[in-house]
Amino acid sequence: MPAPAHPANPRLDLAPVLTDPRTSIVVTCGSGGVGKTTTAAAMALWAADAGRNVAVLTIDPAKRLAQSLGLRELDNDPRPVDVPLADPDGRLSAMMLDTRRTFDEMVSNHATPERAQAILANPFYKVISTSFSGTQEYMAMEKLANLAGTGQFDLIVVDTPPSRSALDFLDAPQRLSSFMDGRMIKLLATPSRGVMRLVGAGFALFSKAVTTILGGQMLADAAQFVQLFEDMFGGFRERAQATYELLRAPGTKFVVVSIPAADALREASYFTDRLRTERMPLAGLVHNRTPPPLAELAAGAAQVAATRLESSAPLASAVLDIHVQRLAVRAAEVHMRARFDRVHSDLPVVEVPSLPSDVHDVPALREIGRRLTGTLTGTR
Amino acid sequence: MTATDIADRMTAESEPWTSVCRRARLHVVTGKGGTGKTTVGAALALALATNGRRVLLVEVEERQGIARLFDVPPLPYQEKKVAVATGGGEVRALAVDVEAALLEYFEMFYNLGFAGRSLKKMGAVEFATTLAPGLRDVLLTGKLKETVTRKGSDNRPVYDEVVLDAPPTGRVVTFLGVTEAMSGLAKRGPIHSQAEGVVRLLHSPDTVVHLVTLLEDMPVTETLEAIDQLRAKNLPVGAIIVNAATEPQLPPASLVAASERALHGDELADALREAGIGATGELVDGLREQAAEHAIRVLDEHLCRQQLAAAGLPMLELPRLVEGGDLGGVYELADRLAEQGVG
Repeated sequence: MPAPAHPANPRLDLAPVLTDPRTSIVVTCGSGGVGKTTTAAAMALWAADAGRNVAVLTIDPAKRLAQSLGLRELDNDPRPVDVPLADPDGRLSAMMLDTRRTFDEMVSNHATPERAQAILANPFYKVISTSFSGTQEYMAMEKLANLAGTGQFDLIVVDTPPSRSALDFLDAPQRLSSFMDGRMIKLLATPSRGVMRLVGAGFALFSKAVTTILGGQMLADAAQFVQLFEDMFGGFRERAQATYELLRAPGTKFVVVSIPAADALREASYFTDRLRTERMPLAGLVHNRTPPPLAELAAGAAQVAATRLESSAPLASAVLDIHVQRLAVRAAEVHMRARFDRVHSDLPVVEVPSLPSDVHDVPALREIGRRLTGTLTGTR
Repeated sequence: MTATDIADRMTAESEPWTSVCRRARLHVVTGKGGTGKTTVGAALALALATNGRRVLLVEVEERQGIARLFDVPPLPYQEKKVAVATGGGEVRALAVDVEAALLEYFEMFYNLGFAGRSLKKMGAVEFATTLAPGLRDVLLTGKLKETVTRKGSDNRPVYDEVVLDAPPTGRVVTFLGVTEAMSGLAKRGPIHSQAEGVVRLLHSPDTVVHLVTLLEDMPVTETLEAIDQLRAKNLPVGAIIVNAATEPQLPPASLVAASERALHGDELADALREAGIGATGELVDGLREQAAEHAIRVLDEHLCRQQLAAAGLPMLELPRLVEGGDLGGVYELADRLAEQGVG
């Protein structure tokens, strides 16, 4: 049963958010290990159970969502998830982002076949499309924009990568596009156009240094890649901008996910501030925490009794120790939560007590969905 | 699972910190996001630093996680003493800054002087690391190698051990393997020979990769996948470090019964009354349910341990701290590691 949120904060009511026909995109963000993927999958399943046509898009290479949904494989197009839904009109599809394929598709859509082929064969393209630090985030947004554009789904729930920097995710479209049509890369791509003269000796030195350090072949590959890409720069930038606008549109809702741990709350705090600064539509915080104590017995009394019973009734003593520890954990969590709330007192929050076991099947996902939305009578 | 099995598994292995781990000088600590790898890495550095040794703790993700943990101001691109270990050893910390590392790199091979500064002004570093994403990791691993191999005036290594708070499991193989990929891309030049030196170090007995995990399905799965990938790349895997394990409270013989909510309510109520607690039915039910959740957790964790054991690696274990994440917690975890033979 969901415990009431801390009185200082409004309660995040996800049920109307997820069923509102105007909500077309929900983005979950937060640091690694806070239950983002589970939260995304549970929200998607809940909305599908409520009769919506939902796709859940996960970006994580560890196939966590696949595990959560009991699937073995996901590919780059949403596939129907074979699970009976409460509302027969509902539909649930799931996909895991294949960064490289999304990039390939984007290149093929924006370039002539010959040019696309040359790009795909360039060694630099191979590196950038798989390991550039912003590529994953960028392609996730590209795929999201694609899917949203098809109008195939009522609702798309996106699980973001656990970026090492929270900034990456929001900056990805901007960063890649500003890199792609940036000053430096133009210099590199078109040294013959006389730009060199403008920059003068500084660039000559730079060019020499880069060439010696990276090796000539590498720079040649890079220059070729950039030249091939030049025609696409404009398109990239426009797309990146359009995606950014899509994220800011009223149909999008951001949900920050956290757990009561100092690091995770720091990240959640950062995400909250950042989303608000960028005027992104932030719905609120999902606070995944340990289940509340179930017995009303003060810690001191329990501790004294546990000690007294240690030899005469070891089992009862252990049961009391468990209670004492649970109270201690709860107190620490309440403390951390209070500190977070002091900074974000108007942020809607829903507390989701965790299940005793890991969530890896549909019934468990449904239970999480009920806890998230505060709907006790769920689905059969 | 029988009670004896469980009891057996609760006894820690005699020598989890193996000779392979003892011999290594570079300890790479990775783990899935949220498993506490930064805290465990810091505790490992502290445990290794006992008895007068000098250990360097390095971070490469520009998160300033070490500074937060040790409660010091953000680390500059300099090796700073952050903690004193039991017996007088010290831990120094370094947050590698990519831009500074690149300029240092340029200086290493060329006397750039003015050009170095102008490169910075032109945004060349951002450009170079964006264009060649691997370059970033090459610089970071290159700096790492420098700290491991650096010698003092007495011709002995400056650091007895170096602990790296590495990128998470999803990225660590790319990170450690990048120099290899890079030496393929850059076929000549200083970067090529530098990359070769890093590859040699990472594949030598001087290096071990440790994996931090929680006893939960997904971190365990990711840990096992990472071990396979590391082994496929011939990167030396050291130990699995289980973090935040639940400390079992119940006697092993009662675990299964407790998990099935089959603990005898009347006996529990009698015992509580004996200790002077007014045992209502509600209270007994609540306590029994809490014991059940605890037992389920403990049993689940045993299954996770069994899965991890399949990797055939030594395992160290750290408890879940109620209020972890601070300096006191790091020292407590370091003590636990020392008890298991680290240092």
